Amino acid sequence: VHQVAERVEALGQFVMKTRRTLKGHGNKVLCMDWCKDKRRIVSSSQDGKVIVWDSFTTNKEHAVTMPCTWVMACAYAPSGCAIACGGLDNKCSVYPLTFDKNENMAAKKKSVAMHTNYLSACSFTNSDMQILTASGDGTCALWDVESGQLLQSFHGHGADVLCLDLAPSETGNTFVSGGCDKKAMVWDMRSGQCVQAFETHESDINSVRYYPSGDAFASGSDDATCRLYDLRADREVAVYSKDSIIFGASSVDFSLSGRLLFAGYNDYTINVWDVLKGSRVSILFGHENRVSTLRVSPDGTAFCSGSWDHTLRVRETLLFDSVCERSDWPSLKQRLRVSLGDMS
Amino acid sequence: MERVVLSMQDPDQGVRTRSQRLFITVIPHTAAGGDVVAWLIRKYGISDEEALHLGTLLVQHGYLYSLREPRSLLLRPDDTPYRFQTPYFWTSTVWPAAELDYAIYLTKKNIRKQGALVGHEKEHYDQLHRKISHTWDLVVMQAREQLRAAKQRRKGDRLVIACQEQTYWLVNRPPPGVPSVLEQGPKRSSCAAGRVQLTKSTEFYKQEMERCRKALTRARVKSSVCLEAYLKFSGQRGPHDPMMSGCLPSNPWVSDEDAYWTINAPSVAVPTKLRVERWAFSFQELLEDPVGRAHFMDFLGTEFSAENLSFWEACEELRHGGQAQVHATVDAIYQQFLAPGAARWVNIDSRTMERTLEGLRQPHRYVLDEAQLHIYMLMKKDSYPRFLKSAAYRDLLAEAVVPPEAKRRVFPFMRKPLHASPSPALLPASPSGEPVAATSGPECGDGGT
Repeated sequence: VHQVAERVEALGQFVMKTRRTLKGHGNKVLCMDWCKDKRRIVSSSQDGKVIVWDSFTTNKEHAVTMPCTWVMACAYAPSGCAIACGGLDNKCSVYPLTFDKNENMAAKKKSVAMHTNYLSACSFTNSDMQILTASGDGTCALWDVESGQLLQSFHGHGADVLCLDLAPSETGNTFVSGGCDKKAMVWDMRSGQCVQAFETHESDINSVRYYPSGDAFASGSDDATCRLYDLRADREVAVYSKDSIIFGASSVDFSLSGRLLFAGYNDYTINVWDVLKGSRVSILFGHENRVSTLRVSPDGTAFCSGSWDHTLRVRETLLFDSVCERSDWPSLKQRLRVSLGDMS
Repeated sequence: MERVVLSMQDPDQGVRTRSQRLFITVIPHTAAGGDVVAWLIRKYGISDEEALHLGTLLVQHGYLYSLREPRSLLLRPDDTPYRFQTPYFWTSTVWPAAELDYAIYLTKKNIRKQGALVGHEKEHYDQLHRKISHTWDLVVMQAREQLRAAKQRRKGDRLVIACQEQTYWLVNRPPPGVPSVLEQGPKRSSCAAGRVQLTKSTEFYKQEMERCRKALTRARVKSSVCLEAYLKFSGQRGPHDPMMSGCLPSNPWVSDEDAYWTINAPSVAVPTKLRVERWAFSFQELLEDPVGRAHFMDFLGTEFSAENLSFWEACEELRHGGQAQVHATVDAIYQQFLAPGAARWVNIDSRTMERTLEGLRQPHRYVLDEAQLHIYMLMKKDSYPRFLKSAAYRDLLAEAVVPPEAKRRVFPFMRKPLHASPSPALLPASPSGEPVAATSGPECGDGGT
């Protein structure tokens, strides 16, 4: 892809700043997800706590303690009225969110998914009524939330499945999963069949995420690289790596236009890649332990990273040079001055 | 990491080393912290900060240790001398660290200087003493033997070995409060474990063969075409990406004003210009936006084909609805859209209709997929392009708002109270299924950064 992108202008400098730091977890943050309202998030940690925050105000709105440790998966329902989470309990549970002080959130909990090993990832499909899960038992599964019935199971991985992502396609029928067998597999939700498989990584695939158009997906792996796979060409089209990056990538996500790929690594940093050029745009420090989860907000205004240092950070970023192209020079000067002032 | 460290030790290309005077002994092959950082910068073309970070990680994992302050796992980018840990003590060589070895180490420390054990070490020592009291004689004997052998070494070597050992145990038994760099998370199995073996039956291989056969005959698009598509997509969406082009009036996270979200709420009366432009990118974009979809529905109404969109929406409800509702939903859809003489009959070609009606005998959530796809493509290829060319859409574009850029706060260091917004879980869902965003909730106190 870098060859084709040669004629595209290189990106200039980005200004990235942490805008919110969410402290409240007493232990490693393992997973997070955004709500469709673009400001609320749910996060889960090693000590079993699952917290719903309004990250804009940094207020905690709900907190639940799961009966297990290492809650490695959590997801926000599309309606914003429920969350799902799971981990070493081998289950995925759905909690309706309630503001009623008299109600104990744990009382309304619904056990939806049952696996034979830990739950590594979960995601609602287009509605609150179905959940897709990935597990350490090597399978993925689709469940009906109301009844807990297994609608479809997906077998094919040769080892633990660590991550999954739903395709943003028109027909909305596929999803991709990545596992410890170094394979990324694309599944048809209706038939349960694997339609495509990609095996170029050299180690466990920790995270997969679709490119916004749905024609490709990126993966982050313990082999310290991120790769881009094209679905129509049926092959890997880019590798994002650097000699100085020797720790695995735990989590990846695209910016809204798909031009930037954010990747969180086990060396406590976040590297930002230019998807088209294949080069690294920026490296972000700030976390004091490995970055375990990273998601861009639904409207692309910011991204949130969760880490083993017990915190979550919401950061926004803006490309400087693109601003220069606009003709509003006076406001640009003011913006530069204020931004640089912010940075100090 | 080991690859990095090995190349660092390369006599020609590696970090410059020299002999260091430490008190009265001379230690060979030391490297200054600053030199280590400089080498990393040169070799990998990275910044100061990144080189220091990488170097610090190497020290924290025990591949480098400081001669002057072996207790602290920090990399100082100055003259402080460091040495490379011997491969014997690398984490890949011997891990996990054996309890017995730890016991011997602590005993040696205890014997050599009474009271040398610090808080947590003393606790560990007592614990181990209780646990392996039956072989404690062996431990003490080993410790004494090692101390005796060490006495016969030169002072320089003794110092080095002591540092190496100390670093190894600092990494493998960190003091309380210091996170262990060796912690990995729940155990993963990387190869086909026993429980997955069950799937390797004939059924599995049949499926594999089928998949391979399909893969061989699958139509593939040329890479160059696909890659061009990325350029086009990212180029088109660039101005809509807040990270590439900013957002008006302001990015809520920067200005602490949520006006951007209010203006772009799911069901807003007047959508922004950028938003209306997005409806022209693809049919999917239009349908995914509740405002766009509503306007499209109005347009279809003027063309007397609104039942198409309603049918599509009903099918979506079927596909993503609860399992228990499947039968009822299929029935309702049939009555309303497919039955002969139905109130909102949709025009599907006869073959698809035949197959759908056949499938309705055993309804399941995907039974209407074919019909839904047919109607979807009909709208996409026919109604959608007409909508984009219509006066209605042109008017929408003209009336769309371009929010003015928010004035920068004169005193940026004054924190404004942040507006809370009602949680979607609180509000009753609006008919379109999207929670309606209210204008402002109770004001909260200062939000911290």
